[in-house]
Amino acid sequence: MEAAAARVVRCGGSELSLRRAVFSADSRYLLCVSGDFVKVYSTATEECVHVLQGHRDLVTGIQLNPNNHLQLYSCSFDGTIKLWDYLDGILIKTFTVGHKLHALFTHARAEDSVFVTINKEKPDVFQLVSVPLPRTPRQDAEAGEPRLVLDCISPSPKCVAFGGQGDYVAAVRDFYLSVYFFRKKATSRFTLSSSENRKHAKNNFTCVACHPKEDCIATGHKDGKIRLWRGFDDERKYTYTCLHWHHDLVMDLAFSATGSSLLSGGRESVLVEWRDAAEKTKEFLPRLGATIEHIAVAPAGDLLCTSHADNKIIVIGRNLEACAVIQGLVRDSSVLTGLMVDPRTKALVLNGKPGHLQFYSLQSDKQLYNLDIVQQEYINDCGLVQIELTKAAFGCFGAWLATVEQRQEKEGELELQMKLWAYNKKTQGFLLNTKVSAPHEDRVTALCFRSADKSDVPTLVTASRDGRFKVWVLADDSDIYRKAEGWTCDFVGSYHKYQATNCCFSEDGSLLAVSFEETVTIWESDTWELRCTFCQRAGRVRHLCFGRLTCSKYLLGATESGTLCCWNLLSCALEWSTKLGVSVMEPDPRSEHVAAVARSSGGSDLFVFKPSEPRPLYVQRSICSEEVRWGVFVPRDVPEALASEALQWLNRSQFYFLTASQSLLTFSSKSPEEKLTPTSKQLLAEESLPATPFYFLLGRHRQQRGEQADGAADGERVQLPTTEGVPAVSELLHTPAHVLPSAAFLCSLFINSLLLATEAPSAEETPEDAEMEEEGERDSSEEEDAAPEQAQQAGLPDGGDGGDEAEALQQQLSKCAEKELRKLRRVDYSWVAVP
Amino acid sequence: MGEFKVHRVRFFNYVPSGIRCVAYNNQSNRLAVSRTDGTVEIYNLSANYFQEKFFPGHESRATEALCWAKGQRLFSAGLNGEIIEYDLQALDIKYSMDAFGGPIWSMAASPSGSQLLVGCEDGSVKLFQINPDKIQFERNFDRQKSRILSLSWHPSGTHIAAGSIDYISVFDIKSGSAVHKMLVDRQYMGVSKRKCIIWGVAFLSDGTVISVDSAGKVQFWDSATGTLVKTHLVANADVQSIAVSDQEDSFVVGTAEGTVFHFQLVSVTSNSSEKQWVRTKPFQHHTHDVRTVAHSPTALISGGTDTHLVIRPLMEKVEVKNYDAALRKITFPHRRLISCSKKRQLLLFQFSHHLDLWRLGSTVATGKHGDTLPLSKDADHLLQLKTKGPENIICSCVSPCGSWIAYSTASRFFLRRLNYEHDNLSLHRVSKMPACLRSAVQIMFSEDSTKLFVASNQGSLHILRLLEGSFKHLHTFQAQSGTVESMCLLAVSPDGNWLAASGTSAGVHVYSVKRLKLHCTVPAYNFPVTALAIAPKTNNLVIAHSDQQIFEYSIPDKQYTEWSRAIQKQGFHHHWLQRDTPITHIGFHPKRPAHILLHDAYMFCIIDKSLPLPNDKTLLYNPLPPTNESDVIRRRTAHAFKISKKYKPLLFMDLLDEGTLVAVERPLDDIIAQLPPPIKKKKFGT
Repeated sequence: MEAAAARVVRCGGSELSLRRAVFSADSRYLLCVSGDFVKVYSTATEECVHVLQGHRDLVTGIQLNPNNHLQLYSCSFDGTIKLWDYLDGILIKTFTVGHKLHALFTHARAEDSVFVTINKEKPDVFQLVSVPLPRTPRQDAEAGEPRLVLDCISPSPKCVAFGGQGDYVAAVRDFYLSVYFFRKKATSRFTLSSSENRKHAKNNFTCVACHPKEDCIATGHKDGKIRLWRGFDDERKYTYTCLHWHHDLVMDLAFSATGSSLLSGGRESVLVEWRDAAEKTKEFLPRLGATIEHIAVAPAGDLLCTSHADNKIIVIGRNLEACAVIQGLVRDSSVLTGLMVDPRTKALVLNGKPGHLQFYSLQSDKQLYNLDIVQQEYINDCGLVQIELTKAAFGCFGAWLATVEQRQEKEGELELQMKLWAYNKKTQGFLLNTKVSAPHEDRVTALCFRSADKSDVPTLVTASRDGRFKVWVLADDSDIYRKAEGWTCDFVGSYHKYQATNCCFSEDGSLLAVSFEETVTIWESDTWELRCTFCQRAGRVRHLCFGRLTCSKYLLGATESGTLCCWNLLSCALEWSTKLGVSVMEPDPRSEHVAAVARSSGGSDLFVFKPSEPRPLYVQRSICSEEVRWGVFVPRDVPEALASEALQWLNRSQFYFLTASQSLLTFSSKSPEEKLTPTSKQLLAEESLPATPFYFLLGRHRQQRGEQADGAADGERVQLPTTEGVPAVSELLHTPAHVLPSAAFLCSLFINSLLLATEAPSAEETPEDAEMEEEGERDSSEEEDAAPEQAQQAGLPDGGDGGDEAEALQQQLSKCAEKELRKLRRVDYSWVAVP
Repeated sequence: MGEFKVHRVRFFNYVPSGIRCVAYNNQSNRLAVSRTDGTVEIYNLSANYFQEKFFPGHESRATEALCWAKGQRLFSAGLNGEIIEYDLQALDIKYSMDAFGGPIWSMAASPSGSQLLVGCEDGSVKLFQINPDKIQFERNFDRQKSRILSLSWHPSGTHIAAGSIDYISVFDIKSGSAVHKMLVDRQYMGVSKRKCIIWGVAFLSDGTVISVDSAGKVQFWDSATGTLVKTHLVANADVQSIAVSDQEDSFVVGTAEGTVFHFQLVSVTSNSSEKQWVRTKPFQHHTHDVRTVAHSPTALISGGTDTHLVIRPLMEKVEVKNYDAALRKITFPHRRLISCSKKRQLLLFQFSHHLDLWRLGSTVATGKHGDTLPLSKDADHLLQLKTKGPENIICSCVSPCGSWIAYSTASRFFLRRLNYEHDNLSLHRVSKMPACLRSAVQIMFSEDSTKLFVASNQGSLHILRLLEGSFKHLHTFQAQSGTVESMCLLAVSPDGNWLAASGTSAGVHVYSVKRLKLHCTVPAYNFPVTALAIAPKTNNLVIAHSDQQIFEYSIPDKQYTEWSRAIQKQGFHHHWLQRDTPITHIGFHPKRPAHILLHDAYMFCIIDKSLPLPNDKTLLYNPLPPTNESDVIRRRTAHAFKISKKYKPLLFMDLLDEGTLVAVERPLDDIIAQLPPPIKKKKFGT
């Protein structure tokens, strides 16, 4: 059982705005952290191009490699710095530092070293250290000993900035700005008058940015001021200018690529551009939706992006026009609606922005759309009691959506409203059909549709604390002006004035179960007659669900006092019961399985069982350390065939759950190694070679060669399969396009290589020789600029050249002749052997 | 400290005139300030910003420009078209000369100090040669279309920049012709205004011309090519003034919104020589237009319509944290505008063109300490005395008996006799003043009101005997041989035997009135005297200097008293020395000879010479010691300086009788309420 345990994995929905996003050098890609991954988005299409997986903990910083802008450094809480080729999604190297890394900085002057924020001793004392990265050909390396640069800094990467020329680094914390000069190896510190008098009470620094060309540091403050510091190389002669527009704290600052303007953002959700850093010439981009957390500017200067508190990144053109929005899962403080699955889009549906319902695609980890339920302007002010969207339910295969919103001021009257939304095929969205104000006299505790055939009348049941449950049906509402249909109340049921706590329809829709505190009542859904009651006297019933498929004769109920009961509807008797403090109970719509999550001392435990059997099928202890709030089964598009008996329940649907800290988790049956192999991408690329005649020709040949040269394989290399018969082709296919020479040049090489070589006695040796030589070149070139690499591709002589005769010849042969020789050596005549 | 009944007077509705120009003299570290009523004041910045001299205003002489030339010579020019040179020794106008170009809007002295340029209403720029005794017209430059509002010399003296309406001209001094004409954009935040007035220009040695204009712009021009280099939009209203530091590494501009902006030349990066002008700090110390700014090596000086002179030190230039490192705001003149008749409880208020005589109210009620007593009789406005002619009143005095009022303008001395018949008051003019009494700098009556002492602006002191309705000229003390320095402060001993007089720089002279000769001279001190008084009975002369030192000099013994020596030996408390404003009045308690009463604008102090002096560890401003503590502790914490900060800003405070004080306050809010409304600015959140 233990061996087959499913792993709990974070499945998207992670915060995209944790750190500043990074633009690629050509502004075509936007890179941002997302939980344990780094995501590469296309700025033009908003699509996620790659997910860089490999870190085992939260990624806390990403920066482009200043010496090769096609590579990306990332650091994580797992204590490693990884170097990626983000265009192809390949992990190049891993450097282990050992400490928990909080932020990452690079700049071009510091060759072979990066800067990270760590905390060594006390939990809140953070240091900026420079970490030398050794030049080794190996994939995993131990980073050098960190050297302290600045002590006692803020852990936020917004509070550290490097000067444009790399001469200095500025860090802010509380009331002081420290500037460390690399050349002088000295730190200057500038302190603002602090909290004593009321006027300067909010002088705290919040962020810092450095001008890319001039010696100018911009700092943001808690009172909304921006200070531009100059002349700070002299601790007496420094001076600063104040810019003030924000009325709340400045969240982030960024200079444009040329330094001609300064961008700032804060809680006002307005991006401010200060042209020439002057107070009077500012431009605004208002109504960005949520607090601006970060601002990043493309090195090319044509784009910038803002990361927002609602997990959104907006890509903005230089003329301050939003051109793309990358929206992740919005994390609301309280998910009252729970998790639902939209039957049409298979999207996860839950509370989004205040008063909105968000449709979130689990596959692509992005928000599909936002449905404004409350339809009122949201005023962001503390102390205001907002209208909350509390319940939502889908019915009739996604044709109807019911929502309940409420607002209750302290001791005020409860404002309650139910809305029913019809799916409109034309607009591909939900349109408001019926608005019922005050459907009940007290809070609505449950909402469910009857899952019926198309022919039946759509039926909705609401249960409320006022002791009633109401049945709503869709009725004709036409008048002389138009043809319409609306929802009306059909039946009101109650049971001894007990509060109705939950309701549930059986799978075929023939029975309705409504729980009234400790009692469960079963109603016939055609006549609304009370059929029978179950009473267990074990506390209020919190969860209620019917069994599915073969288990549809069972009704499950979980009480607050920690009892899980299963009743047989045929015999009207308790089938079994067990002591289990269930916090989430969800039936799988595609199978008989029911998942229950119970709170225990070690965290939350998962139990999967069939209602027909009191023994659980699958138990996993401590799936997470905190409380699980909501869970849902999402049907798979293609059922998986998992061999393990215990994981059968994951075949048809996937179980997602949301914890108290708003992280969306799921179960994965794949082993971690499988998920984390860096070569997975590589192999994928290989397999996806188009099945052209060339592929058959070469592919078979390659397999053949592979078997032969298996023994000679170089174990160290994983990226380049050594059993390659035609090095030129594999090189062509595996070298990133941006480092390849022009197609015109490659053409003849490529054609030549397609001419399969004869099995000359030396053929076995020669290609391998050439390959090894290339390998050596690649290794050494990985840390260097792209330019020398290109030179090698063009066939220029290099230090690592092998080949005895070639060495002797090199002195006399011209460049051109040498090229010819190389070509000759690569020609494979094995095609003669192919029948 | 003793308990007093205090008349708290707030009906002195004095409003200082707005500041029009300031000119800073680097050599002597003095600042000349001209006000809209034509008054020119000289502040000594090395003597704690004491206002040492002043030239009374004149209705027709609205100064528009003020400049120092050849070191110590001060010139002003105004809308009456005259250039005036001031005599800084005799506190008089040396001469005035018409420039014949209509109203003069601007004036600038050449860097060498030998030439003077004026810009006139008719568009002409006139060059004057400064000769030792007078200035002489040399020639006109090419005439421009409209008035020349601002002028600036190139530091080499070869070119000048002249700001006019809508354009700036650069003149060559040799040829006198315009080399460049640089048109200024009229656009103002996208809206085209009618005209763009160049309020100020500054010519830097690298050829850059900085202009400030009515569209709120600060612009940098290249004078070699006549092109615009950079624009800083700093205000939504006019930028009215500019001043550049001598090193040309920083300058300051003042706007009509009351903000002063500091610009600094900072290097672009630490390792390159390229520098750029950056707007650094804004200072909002004014509520109204900042009409003028000056840049001393260590401070930014600004003044405007709201009548404050603000001296904002540059922290990076100040070496140590001392008196100069604090912000100074000078609002009230450092001279006495109020005199008091103790016998009749009268107050005489001096305004620029009239005098007000008030009788103090009285009360019969009694109360506890800190109570406000109800008035049984309101204060009474007895008299308003208007001067004829355009000249401002220099000084005034009411006699202790209340029956004489003396005042003086720049050209005439007036003496009035007051007769009280029950509630009626009649005023008689005393005519036929002696020819020698033309104008007075300071007037003083003796305690018994029989003698009048007048310090004239020629350096001489006159003694007049007052009789019933007439007077007799008794004696004139001539100025010390060779000097023509005016005496600004007078003090008479209560017995009428001694007269002490002090000028702006030389020491205090003590004359014997009985023998009509100079008795002695108090040893000279580096700082000017701000207040003088002679104690009754002991005839000790108490002198307060602008560096907040106080000396006590025994006139009969011709030496400093023991107490004075003791306090000089121990030194004053550092808080005492850091006070803002000079002591403007000293008085004595008739019954307690050990007490000296003195006040400045923000505190009233009684020095009890019998108590020990405070050292730096003790609290200088100790409020009333709590009554619940024992007498021993009270006595231990008590020291000689008893200070009350209850009344401020305090213009005058004196003892009427043993238990009654009169305090004249002038709240700043009342002054601002009488000023024209400032430019309305949108304030966030309102």
